[in-house]
Amino acid sequence: MASPLLQVLALACAWIALGALGLLRTSSTAWATRALYPAGALVGLLVAVAGLGALFQPPEALILPLGLPDLPFHVRIDALSAFFLVLLGVAAAGISVFGCGYFRADQGTAPGLVSFYYHLFLASMALVLLADDAYFFMVAWETMALSSYFLVTCDHRHAQIRSAGYLYLLIAHIGAIAILLCFGALQGGSGDYSFDGMRAAQVSGAWATVAYVLALAGFGAKAGIVPLHVWLPEAHPAAPSPVSALMSGVMLKTAIYGLLRVTLDLISFPLWWWGVVALALGLATALFGIVFAAVQSDMKRLLAWSSIENIGLIFAGFGLTLIFRGFGMGALAALALTATLFHCLNHACYKSLLFLCTGSVMHATSERSLGRLGGLIHRMPWVAWCALVGTIAIAGLPPSNGFASEWLLLQAFLFTPGLPQSYLNMLVPVAAAVVALTAALSGYVMVKFYGVVFLGQPREPKLAEAHDAGIWERTGLAWLAMVCVVLGLAPATVIGLLDPVTRALTGSGIAGLAQGWLFLAPIQPERASYSPLLVFAVAATIVLLAWLLVRLFYHGRSRRTRAWDCGFPFLNARMQDTAEGFGQPVRHVFETFFRIRTQAPAPRDLRPVYRESQEDRFWYGLYLPVAQGVNWVTGLVTVLQRGRISTYLTYSFATLLLLLLFVG
Amino acid sequence: MISASGLAAQFTELMLAVLLAPLLTGWVNQCRAWLQNRSAPPLLQPYYVLAKLFAKDVVLAHSASPLFRFAPYLIFGCIALAAAIVPTLGTDLPMNAAADAIALVGLLALARLFIALAGMDIGTAFGSLGSRREMLVGFLAEPALLMVLFTASLISGSTSLATIVETLAHKEFVIYPSLAFAGVAFTMVSLAENARIPVDNPSTHLELTMIHEAMVLEYSGRHLAMIEWAASLKLFVYSCIGLAIFFPFGVAEGGDAFGIVMALPALILKLAIGGVFLALIETLSAKMRIFRAPEFLGIAFLLAVLSMLVHVLLER
Repeated sequence: MASPLLQVLALACAWIALGALGLLRTSSTAWATRALYPAGALVGLLVAVAGLGALFQPPEALILPLGLPDLPFHVRIDALSAFFLVLLGVAAAGISVFGCGYFRADQGTAPGLVSFYYHLFLASMALVLLADDAYFFMVAWETMALSSYFLVTCDHRHAQIRSAGYLYLLIAHIGAIAILLCFGALQGGSGDYSFDGMRAAQVSGAWATVAYVLALAGFGAKAGIVPLHVWLPEAHPAAPSPVSALMSGVMLKTAIYGLLRVTLDLISFPLWWWGVVALALGLATALFGIVFAAVQSDMKRLLAWSSIENIGLIFAGFGLTLIFRGFGMGALAALALTATLFHCLNHACYKSLLFLCTGSVMHATSERSLGRLGGLIHRMPWVAWCALVGTIAIAGLPPSNGFASEWLLLQAFLFTPGLPQSYLNMLVPVAAAVVALTAALSGYVMVKFYGVVFLGQPREPKLAEAHDAGIWERTGLAWLAMVCVVLGLAPATVIGLLDPVTRALTGSGIAGLAQGWLFLAPIQPERASYSPLLVFAVAATIVLLAWLLVRLFYHGRSRRTRAWDCGFPFLNARMQDTAEGFGQPVRHVFETFFRIRTQAPAPRDLRPVYRESQEDRFWYGLYLPVAQGVNWVTGLVTVLQRGRISTYLTYSFATLLLLLLFVG
Repeated sequence: MISASGLAAQFTELMLAVLLAPLLTGWVNQCRAWLQNRSAPPLLQPYYVLAKLFAKDVVLAHSASPLFRFAPYLIFGCIALAAAIVPTLGTDLPMNAAADAIALVGLLALARLFIALAGMDIGTAFGSLGSRREMLVGFLAEPALLMVLFTASLISGSTSLATIVETLAHKEFVIYPSLAFAGVAFTMVSLAENARIPVDNPSTHLELTMIHEAMVLEYSGRHLAMIEWAASLKLFVYSCIGLAIFFPFGVAEGGDAFGIVMALPALILKLAIGGVFLALIETLSAKMRIFRAPEFLGIAFLLAVLSMLVHVLLER
């Protein structure tokens, strides 16, 4: 039995090999979907198993005979990377199985090429998690960015998708520069760019803060933290659904991994006010994301905005971890970190599930606008019931996994009055209120999503011909739905798995305090405890009993008829609430968040058109001015560019003279 | 950890809530009629209505999905479980270890999710209008309720409702400023959540103003009976949450059988007074426009956050 590190390395190589095999027959769909994606799913499952094995083992490092002459690649596996490998493997297994049924010919890029990028993307994410020096980390990180860029622009025939890809690439590289500089600050003048060297360098004071701010910007750009979020609602919907699922579910988490690695492992002694910054950014992102999700009318954009919200909550948990860690409260830091990591895992599962559901819906109907869907629960029951699991989970309702992690996060907030900082004590109730508001709003958004797509009457005649997902797609959906249910019903077991991670990063764990496998009691049982399995069992018993009793005593008949029309006999499907209509109350309450543009018809217009759009204020307030500034500066530089060879020769001559002056 | 007496108390309490809930609704309706100079319906009217509805045929729309038919039972189950968590007679409840105050809010939100989805299922204009308004009320009322419960949790150092009740019942009888704010917020939230004036009107069928009634417009027969029963139960649960946090006196501590028997008259008295109070509020206020509801609930939310702040600043 090889060590976990070698296993994971071999599996990452297997992914790369599968990708290369795709290049052999680029135009064959069957080759990719019947051979490569199933094998990729198997590798994903094995990655998860290897990660589980590595969780409880001591860290293991290796120097690969690869890389530049003096800079070999360092790899290392410890509890933190093992946990994220489990997350990657579990999500990738479901998504790859779904991909077997999803990818078809004639959708832009050739299927074999898509398979190449797809598996390279998976492998690069695994390598990001294994990298143990700045050089290898950046190589894997950039491979991840580039392969996902090519996946986003798969359907490159549409100009909109090309520009979404461009925006993604741009912000990914701004982030990458920040990460590179962050590593520069961390090596503390020693010139040693391996992570071990950085741990030994122990930068402190201003340099540590600089490194933290750069890490926050760099990894925040990848995660989609406000104000670096604008690429996310463009790029995620543009990609094919399995890729959207991977990007939202897993790739965003690699940014969280990087942030945890830098702040809690490489720096290891965070200052408490760093946590306040992360907390504030996270809460702002969460609220901003969910409010924008509520007004979307494209189902994939809605989910992308909801990813921004979830990343915001994860950042809030991360900020709380730093605050507790900064004050040396180890057990509470472990609680907040557990909530953060658990939420990462949950989000990976349910967001992948929902993105895959939208993929099935798009296949069946070739529609992604919420205004043209509806009533699909009748035509696509399998997808609809899997989506219901995801809906309940993402709305954070018991007994789902989303509720379990939000419960832990709220418990962590309830301990904050014990902090030795009176201002923080005051801020924290407000922070808890924002978390609660965000959670409630996500319920609103998910009712809109599920109700408009799957319930009601079909809004278009062609929806009556929609077909349910194929067997591969169903298997992928069922796998992710099952993981969601298991994570929700057995949170105490999950916390046991997170224990090595929190012990490595904060020095303490909360698993020993949990009451067995049935009860989740993070600090003390009398303080708070929660048992989703009991809640589920008792609720199911009451529901079944009520149903049996009612059926036993009142075996009343039921008959079908037309819906009640209130005396107006011309009801049709277009009289249901539209997606815009459903989002209207949120738009009304949070009006200041949006830049609203209205185009009203003129009086006596024969073909009146009413158009209204809600746009992101950051786009106009921040991005366009910056772009204009860049344009202006480049405009100045073009003055030098005359297009005449004699001018350029003059420049060379002047440069030479200047250099001679310096040398002389 | 789980005792036989605890299980017995748990079962008694759940059955009591399920069976007594329509009585509370009947009592509130009666008080309202008296205050408004109308001749009052019988106290047991809600039971007659339920019996009649159960005996009737179910009429389903063609576009009704299985979700529509299961939702009434799911909603009933969620709210009944919520009723089992709130300590009404004694604090020795096995379910209290399984679900705390946050889970209570979650269960009520789960019931709301299902009722809103069921409202959208048929695909009529009224159903989705009702669902949208219900979720509008919900997304502001839910965090406010959570903040009220958090204030109580911070005072008692626990989110378990049993511990909250035990701690608050033992405090000396003084007015906590934080609980005063929380009380006002809680009253506003419960009015909105139970479809009461001034946010919604339980007896209206004027299409443009209704919320709850619009959502359940398509239900009939036993399904409607379950929904109506669940609505009564929800009013009962909210009343009991209010009593548990603000008037926790008379609740038996531990598995004391005599105490539980003695707690029953106290509970009935408190609920009766609460019902009069609710009828009074409903008589004295006018229904607001739906667009004012966010302001009303926003104030409730702010008051609830304020109550937490006041606790953190002044009472520690």
